[in-house]
Amino acid sequence: MKTGWEHFEHQADIGIRGYGRTMSEAFEQAAMALTAVITPPGGVATHDAVVVRCEAPDRELLLADWLNAVLCEMSALHMFFSGFEVAIEGNKLTATLRGEPVNQHHHQPAVEVKGASYHHLKVAEDEAGGWMAQCVVDV
Amino acid sequence: MDKSKLIQRSEWAWEIPRAGRMEVPGILFASDPLIEEMDDKVLEQLSNVASLPGIVQAACAMPDAHWGYGFPIGGVAAFDPHRGGVISAGGVGFDISCGVRTLLTPFLKDDVEAFREKLADALFYHIPAGVGSTGRLNLDKREMTAMLKGGARWAVARGYGLREDLDVIENNGCCQDAEPDEVSEQARRRQKEEMGTLGSGNHYLEVQAVAEIFNKPIAKIYGLEPGGVVVSIHCGSRGLGHQVATEFSRRMVIEAPQYGIRVKDRELASVPAHSPPGNAYYGAMRAAANCALANRQLLAHFVREVFKTVLDDGQLPLLYDVSHNLCSLEEHEVEGKRKRLFVHRKGATRALGPNHPDIPEVYKSAGQPVLVGGTMGTESYILAGTEEGGRLAFSSACHGAGRSQSRSQALKQYRGEDVVEKLRLRNITIKTRSYRGVAEEAPGAYKDVSEVVRVTAGAGLARLVARLEPMICVKG
Repeated sequence: MKTGWEHFEHQADIGIRGYGRTMSEAFEQAAMALTAVITPPGGVATHDAVVVRCEAPDRELLLADWLNAVLCEMSALHMFFSGFEVAIEGNKLTATLRGEPVNQHHHQPAVEVKGASYHHLKVAEDEAGGWMAQCVVDV
Repeated sequence: MDKSKLIQRSEWAWEIPRAGRMEVPGILFASDPLIEEMDDKVLEQLSNVASLPGIVQAACAMPDAHWGYGFPIGGVAAFDPHRGGVISAGGVGFDISCGVRTLLTPFLKDDVEAFREKLADALFYHIPAGVGSTGRLNLDKREMTAMLKGGARWAVARGYGLREDLDVIENNGCCQDAEPDEVSEQARRRQKEEMGTLGSGNHYLEVQAVAEIFNKPIAKIYGLEPGGVVVSIHCGSRGLGHQVATEFSRRMVIEAPQYGIRVKDRELASVPAHSPPGNAYYGAMRAAANCALANRQLLAHFVREVFKTVLDDGQLPLLYDVSHNLCSLEEHEVEGKRKRLFVHRKGATRALGPNHPDIPEVYKSAGQPVLVGGTMGTESYILAGTEEGGRLAFSSACHGAGRSQSRSQALKQYRGEDVVEKLRLRNITIKTRSYRGVAEEAPGAYKDVSEVVRVTAGAGLARLVARLEPMICVKG
């Protein structure tokens, strides 16, 4: 069972994918992949914390809602996040995001992510009991 | 694309015949090379769009079509609300009313050449751009609502720009059917500090020179002359628009089944146009469009300020402002009858022909200006709408080139610093806050916009007027 994130090809935009031992961990890694679209997560300090909550009728929509909630906070607070603690209970998600204000000179953000789409939206458990969460984001 | 599934109707038009659940055929406007280059997903997506309730005449794809979310980018589709016609957030896109505004200047290329670096630096400094940038205005609740209701008119009333600007913007600078109450607190929260910002990615502000005139009479009406300098701004509704699109896409996915609408692709989720969610989306989307119009109005004002400071003349008349991600209620003739239809254009530009009542008096004889952006290293074009385009594709034309490489492919092939240097050697000045962003937006990562506009003109969708070459590009 692996833990980590990656990007995958999409013509105009970018696919993000998170892996984890649990669904929550896969969601955390997907959010890391989201940050990495814009700026290397390693360059984002985790000084400040923000709490978000989501609820959705199925786990795929929950993933989209989660990523869009992260984007909303990034955009509204002008912050980047590189620390994610996700707890999922049924259809509900509560998470703490940790990050810092955007510094264009330091972070050199490459693109702005407009939203998490439903394209290639998937949350799945594999045979080994690991989890994967992915979608394509619009940049 | 697999052409065996298409019927070629003319040199420039290819039909996807009605089959299965399709209510109408699909029509792709393209040359043979563009069709060959187009991905098969466009065919699939256009067929899906053609299957939506209440669609009329045909689902259309512009010459720059490529696959998107639900609707293809470059997709045009019109729905009759009296036949259960739908409205779809996927038919507009995330960046509601992303569009282009072009300003004329009193300068020729040589006038600006002497001030190139100073002008580039001043534009880079004074135009907020890139992720994390904030605007000069911080709107409180009342002003936010006023902006969502008033669009560019709101901005002019606050001292940003000129009253006559409004005459040469689509909808006279304001979507009257906007419903600010349908825009959520989260969307407003995202926009609070983003008014008057350029954004990032493929958004840009470009100083361009008129390199070639194709149609002298129309160019004269538009105020274009050989060697003349113009300024083009490409951006949209910023965080507010993205949030509106996100929220309503979700709402449509959840509520569409209540209306018996089931689609293969969640991104194509739609609801009847005259349903509570349909009405709510339309009102919110038009308010987001007003946000884009206000945003481009502010940016134009800042550009004028910079030209006044650097070149001692800030009189930059507005040529026109177009949206290329929008749904509008418009009147068109279908099967011999005039009908009001919800026309979705996603990565496509409205292109009204001569004498249409909705274009400015000054452009009536010419047709509506159609502003088509290229890449930072290639040409952009100005075209004019045609009457024939009204019959072919609900008065619609292309919007740009479309990508030929993914972002990751572009990053593997190009280095931002090298792209900037190569363009500098071609006398194109690039100002950017991210070399990685430049690499992703490298000219080589995009299709040939010249072929796209050639085919747009060949197909009769619009008329070629002028070709513009970049001098300075401030990248978002």
